[in-house]
Amino acid sequence: MPRRAPRGTQAIQRALALFRSFTPEVPEHRLTDLAAAHGLHPSTAHRLLGVLEAEGLIGRSPESQGYRWLEGTGFGEAGEHAPRLNGLRPLEPLHTPFHRRTEAVCESGAWRDWSGYTCAVSYEPTPEREYWALRNAAALIDVSPLFKYEIRGADAERLLDRVLTRDFTKCRTGRVVYSSWCNEDGHLLQDGNVQRLEPERFLVSAAEPCLRWFEDCGWGMDVEVRDVSEEIGVLALQGPRARAIAEAATSGIDFGVMRYFDLAAGEVPSGAGGGPVTVTRTGYTGDLGYEFWVAAEHAEALWDALVDAGRYHGLLPAGLLALDMVRVEAGLVLIDVDYVSSAHAEIEALKVTPAEAGLGFTVQLDKQTDFVGRRALERERDRGPAWALVGLEVDWFELERLWSGIDLRPQVVGQPASREPTPVFAPGGSQVGQCTSRFFSPLLKKYIGLATVHAAAAALGTELDVEVAVGYGRRRARARVVRRPFFNPPRKTAVDPMPGVDG
Amino acid sequence: MTVEPTAAGDTGSGTPARSGTRFDAIVVGAGHNGLVAAAYLARAGLDVVVLESSPEIGGATRSEEVFPGFRFSVFSYLVSLLRPEVVHELDLVRHGLFLVPTASTLNPLPGGDCLFREADPRRTYRHVARHSRRDAEALFEYKLEMRRMGHLMYRLQRAAPDELAAAIGDRVGESAEHLDVEVSAEAADIARYFLDLPAARLRGFVQMLTMSSADFLSQWFESDVLKAALSSSSIIGSMLSPRTPGSAYVLLHHYMGEVDGVYREWGFQKGGTGAVAATIARAARSHGAEIRTHSPVARVLARDGRAAGVVLANGDELRAGVVMSSAAPQISLGRLLDPDDVPGGEGAGLALRAARWRSGGCAGKVNLAISGLPRFECMPAPGPHLSGGITIAPSLDYIDRAYDDAKYGGFSGRPFIDMIIPSVLDPDMAPPGKHVLSCFVQYAPYELAAGPWDDDQREAFGDAVVRTLAEYAPGIEDQILHRQVLVPPDIEAIAGIPGGNIFHGELRLSQLFLLRPDPAAASFRTPLPGYYVCGSSTQFGGGISGGPARLAALRVLDDLRRPETAGSGGGAETP
Repeated sequence: MPRRAPRGTQAIQRALALFRSFTPEVPEHRLTDLAAAHGLHPSTAHRLLGVLEAEGLIGRSPESQGYRWLEGTGFGEAGEHAPRLNGLRPLEPLHTPFHRRTEAVCESGAWRDWSGYTCAVSYEPTPEREYWALRNAAALIDVSPLFKYEIRGADAERLLDRVLTRDFTKCRTGRVVYSSWCNEDGHLLQDGNVQRLEPERFLVSAAEPCLRWFEDCGWGMDVEVRDVSEEIGVLALQGPRARAIAEAATSGIDFGVMRYFDLAAGEVPSGAGGGPVTVTRTGYTGDLGYEFWVAAEHAEALWDALVDAGRYHGLLPAGLLALDMVRVEAGLVLIDVDYVSSAHAEIEALKVTPAEAGLGFTVQLDKQTDFVGRRALERERDRGPAWALVGLEVDWFELERLWSGIDLRPQVVGQPASREPTPVFAPGGSQVGQCTSRFFSPLLKKYIGLATVHAAAAALGTELDVEVAVGYGRRRARARVVRRPFFNPPRKTAVDPMPGVDG
Repeated sequence: MTVEPTAAGDTGSGTPARSGTRFDAIVVGAGHNGLVAAAYLARAGLDVVVLESSPEIGGATRSEEVFPGFRFSVFSYLVSLLRPEVVHELDLVRHGLFLVPTASTLNPLPGGDCLFREADPRRTYRHVARHSRRDAEALFEYKLEMRRMGHLMYRLQRAAPDELAAAIGDRVGESAEHLDVEVSAEAADIARYFLDLPAARLRGFVQMLTMSSADFLSQWFESDVLKAALSSSSIIGSMLSPRTPGSAYVLLHHYMGEVDGVYREWGFQKGGTGAVAATIARAARSHGAEIRTHSPVARVLARDGRAAGVVLANGDELRAGVVMSSAAPQISLGRLLDPDDVPGGEGAGLALRAARWRSGGCAGKVNLAISGLPRFECMPAPGPHLSGGITIAPSLDYIDRAYDDAKYGGFSGRPFIDMIIPSVLDPDMAPPGKHVLSCFVQYAPYELAAGPWDDDQREAFGDAVVRTLAEYAPGIEDQILHRQVLVPPDIEAIAGIPGGNIFHGELRLSQLFLLRPDPAAASFRTPLPGYYVCGSSTQFGGGISGGPARLAALRVLDDLRRPETAGSGGGAETP
């Protein structure tokens, strides 16, 4: 016997059905059309639509007196799961494919814009635990806002070899290459990773858009550059326990043979929306770690699988603050913080070559191809770079000396990495450069920083003065040029890394 | 001292009436440039009077409560070209300058689509990428290059054109003696900067002087939507289509605008642009300048081959060794000047060239009082887009067709509209909950093929504007409480600009640099010693700038210090 709907629900069902007819694509309907489409008497439709209008769910078109869809009422719109302020913002913040998961665990409520996406600054009110998880257990970082381009075609390798400063002909399928790319003046545009997924299919990931650059450099080539930024979610699983978690969360990948900068294709268990995933042994932490590249529709399943697998390994989600701390320890430069992309530099003096940005190792002048910027970089090789990116270290006793002046112990713990450039001086002398990233590493127990200085002041062991805020005052602290990375555990590159084997 | 910025056009009635007839300097016209010139002269200690023919100061920089409770910036509506030197040297902030930024630009498109550009480049990238990812990326590069171009213009603006020409001549070994100008260290520095520009930038500069904006923009962009949006600044105030060669210069002219060193920023003056004029007037008065309204000048008085004062329309004579005119060339170099007074037989040629000056109006202004915020189909809910610029320029074809209408003597049936909602930026502009809408509209020629502008034509033009708005903001026609429609003859009648061209003359290469406003007056001096020009029609004029008036006043002061100079106003007391 068919069950009768409870009294009154029919009207609600009908009203909802009417409401769903209004979409951004088909925003307007006439009463008679709607009534006919829904098999309703016009007077019934009129009554129901009247309620919807009174509730502010639909509107009226002044000229035709038809009914209209209103922005921000929920249906047929992107991000309908996210709370909305009735369309107050003309462009909703973009959400990564992991947003529903990250939002659910973001206690701090602190979000920051990253390339137009809303990203967690830290999940807890302070980033401390996330930082320690990265170095002591493992952490999960949503790095989906990276720009991602798929490059495919018979000339794909040729294009990449033309653009990248690295010899790309040596990149085998299944490998990832980190490289710089420059303009014709040899000035650095960006740095990023390139995955060779298939002989003629590559994935470029970079912090800034570069579709046009790759397309233009490939003028006339048999190659297609496609922006897949929004189609692919990326999670970085980083830290000493990363391998164990990655292994438990995925299938089809032999992590024992996966070397630093290898890539492998695997599966996220298909329990709830799982699917194929590409895993690269890469990261921005200077630690053992993997990055998971997944189609947006499988993103949440990936997150769930990793979180589940990480439950007994101390896994935490980590935000951008913790990431920024560990990348300084790893000595990794950040575009538009430690160097200005030549695509954004207002004046020539702000532009740098890869060598001047500490990326000289990515320039391979012995490669065969005349890559973009080669001539200028050859000239630089002959005369030497004008600037150098160096690691600076201020030791504990120097910090004690500075703070003893105001009768305090060093007040350096718990501060996130600072991105405000401060001057670097020759000892007691004039400015020789600027320190662009710095913080007190609780792991290394030293105040460390990345600085760009005159090449003459860049030799290891050189003493320099950096500006440190002591109370309200600015004091000069004696620093030393040291080797980068500041922190470089063997597990980062170890073959078959095992937890607990090397701290 | 705090000054309440008032929107009311300063009527000058608060000025203690003086009946003086002898001054060090007389400035003709109390628009923003005339007031800036007066302020600089008074600041240097000169006894200055400004003579304004109409009942109110401001010229085209004017706010009025046209309908009770609703305040309109009648003509000009945003500030960006106002020179920082003028702001700071005249202490305009103390005198009431209060600029609210308009941070975004919305271009509604047919079918409920739009292009939205915000202050944040990342978000703007996302908006533009909806139309073209390549263009979204190219926009960074374009803006960077245009900021460099804006900076070049900033440098060039720091010296009078003749001085700059002489400085460039010095550097390239060409004698510039005929220019009769002393090259300052700053001008020499600018000349060096200009000649040392990277080749690519010079190439860009030449492109901007000669190309159409559509062609210029096509070097970067593929999306018609973005090109149309960016080309808006290339037609403002100009009887040009984005496809007319030379329109790229108008683009450049607008990119040299800045707020606090940030190029391409626009600000809304609290109280409307009339408050800018009031602010400069306060600065001028604080230095002792006198401003007389209701004082039309009939002609410049000459004695012994030099300017000696002016004759008012009522026959009164006012005497001064320096006379400056901020009016357009047809007035300054034409009507006010008896060719026989100009020494050396140069008068007739001067008058003829002034008559041929291209300054036809092309723009109308439709100011609306509305009962509530407009609901744009693309973004119906209230939001930050309503406090930015909103431009109806959906495609290059659209603008070009609007131009075609005017080319053949009609107003545009579906016009280009550059709109702001001043009451969103400044709640003082309209009663609570109600709003004023400022629509700058192109094209509306000075002369219609069908006959003179009459009330019917004006209303038909107003209807075309409202009809066009309603395509993108349905229902707006029912929100309109009052409407004010102004066309070029109105600009001519109210602001005193012949032809009603908002820049006192088209911004095209044939009327720029040493040709603005006349080859014989590019130094701000005219062939009649002691008589100077200082209005929008002088170099780098056009827009609420004050820059040309400042340079003109500095030239006057410089000449007074060097009485041996041919153009000096030797009759006045040196301060």
